[in-house]
Amino acid sequence: MMAASVFSRFVGRVLDIVRATLGEIFEESAYARFLQRQGLESSREAYARFLRENELSRGRRARCC
Amino acid sequence: MSNPVRAVVWLAVAAVGAVSVATIGFHRGEQINAMWLVVAAVCSYALGYRFYSRFIAAKVLALDSLRATPAERLENGRDFVRTNKWVVFGHHFAAIAGPGPLVGPVLAAQFGYLPGTLWILAGAVFGGCVQDFVILLFSTRRDGKSLTEMAKDEVGRVGGLVAYVAVVSIIVVLLGVCALIVVNALKASAWGTFTIAMTIPIALLMGVYVRRLRPGKVLESSILGFVLVLLAIWGGQWVSQTPSVGEYFTLTAPTLAILIIVYGFAASALPVWLLLAPRDYLSTFVKLGTIALLALGIVALRPTLHMPALTRFIDGTGPVFAGNVFPFAFITIACGAVSGFHSLIASGTTPKLISRETETRMVGYGAMLAESMVAILATIAACVLQPGTYFAINSPAGIVGQAPESAAGVISGWGFPVTAPDMHALAQAVGEQTLFNRTGGAPAFAVGMAHIFSHSIGGQALMAIWYHFAIMFEALFILTVLDAGTRVGRFMVQDALGHVWKPLGRTSWYPSILATSALMVAAWGYFLWQGVKDPLGGINSLWPLFGIANQSLATVALCVGTTIIIKMGRARYAAVTLTPLIWLVAVTFTASYHKVFDPNPRVGFLAHAQQLAGGAPAAATARLIFNDRLDAAVTGILIVMIGVIVVESALGWARVLSGRAEARVREAPFVATRFAAEEQG
Repeated sequence: MMAASVFSRFVGRVLDIVRATLGEIFEESAYARFLQRQGLESSREAYARFLRENELSRGRRARCC
Repeated sequence: MSNPVRAVVWLAVAAVGAVSVATIGFHRGEQINAMWLVVAAVCSYALGYRFYSRFIAAKVLALDSLRATPAERLENGRDFVRTNKWVVFGHHFAAIAGPGPLVGPVLAAQFGYLPGTLWILAGAVFGGCVQDFVILLFSTRRDGKSLTEMAKDEVGRVGGLVAYVAVVSIIVVLLGVCALIVVNALKASAWGTFTIAMTIPIALLMGVYVRRLRPGKVLESSILGFVLVLLAIWGGQWVSQTPSVGEYFTLTAPTLAILIIVYGFAASALPVWLLLAPRDYLSTFVKLGTIALLALGIVALRPTLHMPALTRFIDGTGPVFAGNVFPFAFITIACGAVSGFHSLIASGTTPKLISRETETRMVGYGAMLAESMVAILATIAACVLQPGTYFAINSPAGIVGQAPESAAGVISGWGFPVTAPDMHALAQAVGEQTLFNRTGGAPAFAVGMAHIFSHSIGGQALMAIWYHFAIMFEALFILTVLDAGTRVGRFMVQDALGHVWKPLGRTSWYPSILATSALMVAAWGYFLWQGVKDPLGGINSLWPLFGIANQSLATVALCVGTTIIIKMGRARYAAVTLTPLIWLVAVTFTASYHKVFDPNPRVGFLAHAQQLAGGAPAAATARLIFNDRLDAAVTGILIVMIGVIVVESALGWARVLSGRAEARVREAPFVATRFAAEEQG
């Protein structure tokens, strides 16, 4: 019983990390931080502003060979 | 775990690793199971991480968990963000893992599985991982400064300039080679070309979806994009079997080259959100999934390696590329062992996400180990093929001839039996017209991967689908590198030109965007065109050039690392970066010497030009001679630059060690972390 609970906590933690990693890679977390920082609700306009803000740094990001 | 138990466990890991490496190293004349490579790699990486990286962290770099990182001090929710270490690890791995660790090991397999495997293991543990770790830490201590800025600050102005030129050069050569690999994989392949062509509208659709329909839902759009890509692969089969449609997608190499050049220009000049970003998301999604799938497939299937440990081609007469095992195995496999390009990522986004200095070990050293594992998987994918099949796919027409029967005869004559009917049956099984002369590494990797996958899931019936899935996966990877690289190069050129005339440096001024995009695309497009027109398939000339450029950048990074370690007053530990630096200098200088001056026309650019000049004069010959001389000049320039930075660095070390110069590192001042209690708790 105890082992099952430890295991399910472990799996939950792994899933949280995978979700957070995907959120960071796919910049959903960056968008969420942008909304929080600007005090905005998600919308087309807000996302367009987020993309404008990130255009330069996004374009400078190299992808390795 | 108590200390004695821990010691026993690590001794067991070391023993298993030693047995595995010995099995790989000493088995001759009989085939071995691929799991020996996997186990050797896992044990080597575990030992390297546990002991070597820990030693570097504690003794050489003296990581300080109480020192605030830029993500904490400069946190702005945008570039500087404190991020969970596992998340940074995944982010960093996704950025460093590209087509290089897949293609390089496949090409180097012409020497047999042994040289590549040993280089991947030793190169990563003692070189590549150290480079990535050290540069990541030093950039973190300098508020996320780039490699070129650190080279300027720590080595000197010349060092900074050399680093800048090396970065631009490697981007140009890399993009040319990457584009050539895609062209060679897609030429005369209606299925592959259709699938890759479809990824462009799919990426555009994803861009619109995420901007207009479901703002910010990138993961959702990537899943949608992935499903559409799978449909495109499925549709590609119909296209290839329908002559009236298939003919539009059955393209020659020059036509594909022109299309890729146009694509590169468009991707660089269009807004990031429209094409580049969604394509990058899609590529990352497919990349992470497919690498995991390949690892599972190999472990499930536990295939036998048919390639011998060493082939006769270690003497330099190999058909895939010419040159002796030393130094050419070591420049052919860059990513997966030591890749200079990683230092750009380690001094780019990643240092701005690190929460604690101590996490640079896991992210810098650890992510490179994961990339190295990908290179081992690629070696396995190439070596599970029958050697005759491997050489039939990877040998250019200029070496084995174009006719299937004659090519099979030449390859069988080398001692690697293969027949034209067998190759025809294999081509049919993967849905291609032919697999002869498909140089570049991507088709061979795709056949190996399809072999592993089809034996795990779906059997022979799914072989063609898996092959085209693998081709799509590689081409998607490469085109992402291509569009991101063109844009990065464009920004670098704009930064430089801005010093000449300010408006050219404005990244939002469209005439400057178009001019610098055209300049970058023309530069790598020239190398691509050269490769497409090369009767030896282009890879023989261009992949070594790329390897030299990449290892040159690693040399710059290790010069910067060694300089900082010496300035930190830790010269007694400088061997951790100095040893791989000396090795890379030996490798790049020897390889460059051979590529420029070797009297064998298959190896030396100048000897090849001379051989051509002795033949019948023709316009095409004149162009080939010019290309050889250009390649020789590019190699020469790279090596002179490396010589300059090595000498400048060595003089700096001598001044510091003799007390003639002040040992002052230019890092951000120490600020204690606000999370000290959390650290100590």
